[in-house]
Amino acid sequence: MNEKIVLRYEVDPNDFTRAGEASSNVKRRLKLLGVDPDIVRKVAISLYEGEINMVIHSYGGIIEVIISPEEIEMILTDKGPGIEDIELAMQAGYSTAPDNIRNLGFGAGMGLPNMKKYSDEFNIESTVGVGTTVKMKVFIPKE
Amino acid sequence: MTVKEIREALGAKFICGEEFQDREVHSACGADMMSDVLAFMKEKSVLLTGLCNPQVIRTAEMMDVVCIVFVRGKMPDETMIEMAKEREIVLLSTGHRMFTACGILYEKGLRGGAPCQ
Repeated sequence: MNEKIVLRYEVDPNDFTRAGEASSNVKRRLKLLGVDPDIVRKVAISLYEGEINMVIHSYGGIIEVIISPEEIEMILTDKGPGIEDIELAMQAGYSTAPDNIRNLGFGAGMGLPNMKKYSDEFNIESTVGVGTTVKMKVFIPKE
Repeated sequence: MTVKEIREALGAKFICGEEFQDREVHSACGADMMSDVLAFMKEKSVLLTGLCNPQVIRTAEMMDVVCIVFVRGKMPDETMIEMAKEREIVLLSTGHRMFTACGILYEKGLRGGAPCQ
């Protein structure tokens, strides 16, 4: 694996039957590429949380994953209501998800904290009424 | 502890994945909130849950869960079973409630990891 691999997925809002398909696909690709299981796990968890967030909160968006020998970069861009107070949204336990989402097992307010916890670099930018962009990186340590 | 031993201890039945019953499980997590599973679960674990929807299988996939035990006799639908088969995740169903099922496995020596901060 010397060249960059770019994977791109569209995420539909409110489609819970397909929610997680992109993350599942990325996880399989990384496994096939022989990436260390601990790294795969970090990517899978942070990306899955991000994908679920997009399904719950956004009006749709794009996930782009760039795999290189040094790192895995994930860029999640959505159109949506945006986040008014990012600092508050980053607090564990804070959630604006409605009850029907909680019934699915999400909306515990752990999504953003989990993304930050499992990625090595985490950046979030949001404009109210426009949308949110999350950029995450997981580094691949040199052997 | 193996999947087989978990099944026996809980008097559970296989929904799928019987061929993987000799796989080892190192820890356990009982939760209905998938976000908590994603935050705290360790690898090679068994997940006990009362939640029964496709996101349980997806979450388990992300966490490399070996086996899912549905408590209170819950049964997943065909879509979920197919998803689990594709991902080689064992599905079990037990009539025990969450507390009892977790208690039985704890008594058998299975642990859930360090306390949260």
